[in-house]
Amino acid sequence: MSIEVNGNVFETDEEGYLATLSDWSPDIAAAMANEDDCDLGDNHWEVINFLRNYYEEYQIAPAVRVLTKAIGKKLGADKGNSKYLYELFPYGPAKQACKYAGLPKPTGCV
Amino acid sequence: MNEIVEDAENPEANAKKIMYINRRAPYGTIYALEALEVVLIGAMFEQDVSVVFMDDGIFQLKKNQDTLALDVKNFSPAFRALETYEVEKLYVEKESMQARGLSCEDLLVPVLELSSIEIAELMEQQDVLLNF
Repeated sequence: MSIEVNGNVFETDEEGYLATLSDWSPDIAAAMANEDDCDLGDNHWEVINFLRNYYEEYQIAPAVRVLTKAIGKKLGADKGNSKYLYELFPYGPAKQACKYAGLPKPTGCV
Repeated sequence: MNEIVEDAENPEANAKKIMYINRRAPYGTIYALEALEVVLIGAMFEQDVSVVFMDDGIFQLKKNQDTLALDVKNFSPAFRALETYEVEKLYVEKESMQARGLSCEDLLVPVLELSSIEIAELMEQQDVLLNF
């Protein structure tokens, strides 16, 4: 599979995750979200940027429980809960947000 | 092995003591990476988890790993994420450390150094031992 953004074609896996991490750009995230009928706002970007930083530091995509807890620590308890994250990313915060962030699919419970 | 008695009032009493034992070098075989993935996935079940590094498994925790020439991913930064998964009981075997000329300052994460006798005692207390 692949995704076309601004005339460039980028390879993805069969579930739409970007094949090459370094291909990522905010435009790719927006295009992926567009395919899911999701409009990315500041609250989405907060989570996407958090995931990119987490991956850069630990080289893994966090499981959803870990993500929820870490978001709460960093952005406040009103954002570190499943309800808030599922409203932003209805396909599952770890799964969907990781995809937009250009990360591989998280290991384990997503 | 102790018999587990279910106690619905106290979920912590239901947690099994699970120990993962890493004995192999980080690269060259898939064991180390697979073990880490099992630990990360297993962390979701909120059991009483500990991870032991001994023999060449010690090298998995070595700082400044560079896998460029091997053309495989350096997954060692993920050991630092264990804390965010609430996997906090990390042990290294003293004898293995000494044999390889390593001290705790050479390692990526804070660990407790135990003698092989102390590790054997810890193993005795576990419900499950998983060797990698």
